[in-house]
Amino acid sequence: MRYLPLNDKERAEMRGVIGVGAIDDLFRDVPADALNPALDLPDHKSELEVEREMMALARKNNAAGDTAFFVGCGAYRHHVPATVDHIIQRSEFLTAYTPYQPEIAQGTLQYLFEFQTQVAELTGMEIANASMYDGSTAAAEAALMAKRITKRRKVICSGGLHPHYEAVIRTNLELIGDEVVFAPSNPEGQGGLTDMIDEETSCIIVQSPDVFGHLRDLSALADAAHEKGALLVAVVTEAVSFGLLKSPGEQGADIVVGEGQSIGNAINFGGPYVGLFAARDKHRRHMPGRLAGETVDADGKRGYVLTLSTREQHIRREKATSNICTNSGLCALAFTVHMSLLGGTGLRQLAILNHENACKTADALSAISGVELLNDSFFNEFTIRLPKNAEAVVEELARQKILAGVPGGRLWPGNEDLENILIVAATERTTSDDIDRLASGLEQAIKG
Amino acid sequence: MTMNNQGRPTRPEDTASYTPFPTHTGNRALEIAEPLIFEVGDFEGTGVDLPKAEGIKPRIAGFDRQHAPHLPGLAEPEAMRHYVRLSQKNYAIDMGLFPLGSCTMKHNPRLNEKVARLKGFADIHPLQPQSTVQGALEMIDILAGWLKELTGMPAVAMSPKAGAHGELCGMMAIKAALIARGEGETRTRVLAPESAHGTNPATAAQCGFTVDDIPADETGRVDLAAFKEKLGPDVAGIMVTNPNTCGLFERDIREIADAVHEAGGYFYCDGANFNAIMGKARPGDLGVDAMHINLHKTFSTPHGGGGPGSGPTVLADSLAPYAPVPFIIQDEDGFRLVEDIEGEAKDAFGRLVAFHGQMGMYVRALTYMLSHGKDGLKQAAEDAVLNANYVLKRLSAEMTPAFDGTCMHEALFSDEFLKDTGVGTLDFAKAMIDEGFHPMTMYFPLVVSGAMLIEPTESESKQGLDQFCDALLGLARDAKSGDQLEKFKAAPIYSPMRRLDETQAARNPVLKWTEDAPSMAAE
Repeated sequence: MRYLPLNDKERAEMRGVIGVGAIDDLFRDVPADALNPALDLPDHKSELEVEREMMALARKNNAAGDTAFFVGCGAYRHHVPATVDHIIQRSEFLTAYTPYQPEIAQGTLQYLFEFQTQVAELTGMEIANASMYDGSTAAAEAALMAKRITKRRKVICSGGLHPHYEAVIRTNLELIGDEVVFAPSNPEGQGGLTDMIDEETSCIIVQSPDVFGHLRDLSALADAAHEKGALLVAVVTEAVSFGLLKSPGEQGADIVVGEGQSIGNAINFGGPYVGLFAARDKHRRHMPGRLAGETVDADGKRGYVLTLSTREQHIRREKATSNICTNSGLCALAFTVHMSLLGGTGLRQLAILNHENACKTADALSAISGVELLNDSFFNEFTIRLPKNAEAVVEELARQKILAGVPGGRLWPGNEDLENILIVAATERTTSDDIDRLASGLEQAIKG
Repeated sequence: MTMNNQGRPTRPEDTASYTPFPTHTGNRALEIAEPLIFEVGDFEGTGVDLPKAEGIKPRIAGFDRQHAPHLPGLAEPEAMRHYVRLSQKNYAIDMGLFPLGSCTMKHNPRLNEKVARLKGFADIHPLQPQSTVQGALEMIDILAGWLKELTGMPAVAMSPKAGAHGELCGMMAIKAALIARGEGETRTRVLAPESAHGTNPATAAQCGFTVDDIPADETGRVDLAAFKEKLGPDVAGIMVTNPNTCGLFERDIREIADAVHEAGGYFYCDGANFNAIMGKARPGDLGVDAMHINLHKTFSTPHGGGGPGSGPTVLADSLAPYAPVPFIIQDEDGFRLVEDIEGEAKDAFGRLVAFHGQMGMYVRALTYMLSHGKDGLKQAAEDAVLNANYVLKRLSAEMTPAFDGTCMHEALFSDEFLKDTGVGTLDFAKAMIDEGFHPMTMYFPLVVSGAMLIEPTESESKQGLDQFCDALLGLARDAKSGDQLEKFKAAPIYSPMRRLDETQAARNPVLKWTEDAPSMAAE
């Protein structure tokens, strides 16, 4: 076995040193009838054979790069500079562990400190943590954090929140008896949220740009929430939007969570991704997850350590702020490297390119007879209504290697009001040719 | 004094306090003090060449960000050097033995990385039509099949994004099952051994349970009598780590399972240490109802400086109906994701993540499994246990084993051998750094005084283990000799940084760089 350095002679020598005859003498605590089960699995294969087998599976998928691609809704296909993947494949980052020994983990700790600084600046918040599993779990953790801060047990979710995020929040809260109130999902707009906030509300969770692509005014909601002693949790599923849009922090958000996949990370069929989590400094002890902090070493040199760990599970056990004991380290590194290359200026340019391509795509599609654009404002994603079931149209276009977007039926199964809508995303990777192919394909599909 | 463009010191002058000839830069050959990107980068610049924008009128309804984010952009060579220099300040499994007990730092094959980057896996979107991702769904289904066969469990929830997230999945399934039985309100207590990972009680609490500790017996295992006394009609279940965090197999596992089942509760097994028994024993044969598997530990996906992990959770028939969405089924049309909580998945307890979990980790884990096969996985478990016992035996000459007898895949010592030497557990660990090794897990599990938990894994050669053991035996003798106290107190001496002040970091938290704040570093 190519990954196992011991040979049989050494194994025998080592058993001799230990003083056991057979290897199974070391497994004697396992019930004898359960030891060495017969397994219906193949034996080991050569590197060549494994590669061949995995490539065969990979080839059965229609990769985004081989299509005209417009799928978004929480995961976005951006260009990642070659430098990023090179850096994250360096052994010292790739094969390191949680930086429990800071003296020999400064590489990880310093990039986490840089990541925290970048996320705080992008979100307009005072502090950020060293990342979460993804945007949706970060959103659920934000709801739990708001509960700890306000000591209230009712959460209000905007109807523009990604339905999978809603489901994750609901799963985490309803199981422990908390109340989660949802405004209905409506692609035409969202009103009445402020009226729903009451003295029992711990937080109101609002996504902007929302799942339909609409930009939401968070300031008014923040004021309404604060008036009732509740918090505003802002959700951002497209981190590139930070380059062009007013930050949630500027609009009064108390906690900002986001999906950081767009910066530095591939779409990976849904994971691994990197959750962003930022908050006001006064709430830092309520934050879940890891934090890297600055300090000095014995020589007075500046360095970094994991800090404020008294919030965490390994010290507080059942009283911990959350059960989370990891972060998305390597994905956070990819984010940080890409962001360090872009800088604020580059991110702004990237965001503008995204917006312009989305504007062009929206114009091309809304010019098709029978297609209605539902957005007045958007960033790089918008919603159109088709005269027929969008899921069928998407399947039809997929056969022509056009991945047209996310049909309403995929995100809201069984909701007849939303089955004709299609959510379309463009990024800097979208070409004029892609837009032409989508527009003509869609026109045909609607006629057909 | 080297200053950055904000006038902050980027490195203090006295870095050479332990070098005979100070350098002019403060650097020492390959050991280069690396400032933060915010101290060297150009806040107006960018290191990415993007296509030109056309100047289309924006449609963002007055939500314009007034200024670009205040973050520097580094030219590609600057960024490359910055992160390469940072990388050189990290210890990693590719550099040497990383014996962190319970963390399982084993070799990360590069074939895994190559395969995970195939466009058919990396460049597919979670919401593109399922007809276009049949190979991905099939791949996940094959991996699920391996996990079920290796654990002897009939079902698996793939989506948990880390081990602790897998615990949450298992305990939520238990909660949902109790609610379905009409006992959601009455069975509220979860038993957790003292030797459990801290995540176990935290997870139980996050699911709304109260936590009741079970002490360890003198052999380092669950105290069976104490456990049985705690059983009652309010017990939802027990969370046991097996092999446990003392590096021991819970030999009464069947009795524990039977007793908790008889009392009407469920048996959650923390599978963080599954690497010790993969191919050797199946939790499903031992009475387990739910167990997460840390793909990153057991199946070699890289830890990446602390994540991403992946924690699929295997489930017994009693809990399978409550598994979260999405899950994959195969019918005449091929593979299909079930996502509708109102429809086909009506018993599902809900959804744990936005999409389908850690695809990138699945690919790596399956690649590793195929490379090893059932014969290789079994051999890997045997070698991991052999290596741990070899270390246990050799180190017992100078260090104090926490318990008598053999161990599973990790060897646990107490700091008894350091008593009255003036050398603390932490000093001993930091001295290991100077010997070129990452320290072992310290102070855990809590049931042992000054615990030192060493997990070599199957990746280590006999020669490598001998070097490691020789070094630790030497350090133990140095500590006992009494005349080398200074060395231990100063350790680490040869690392990029010397001992860092964690108290100051917690007392006065500085969690991000700010332009005007003075650096903590000595002026």
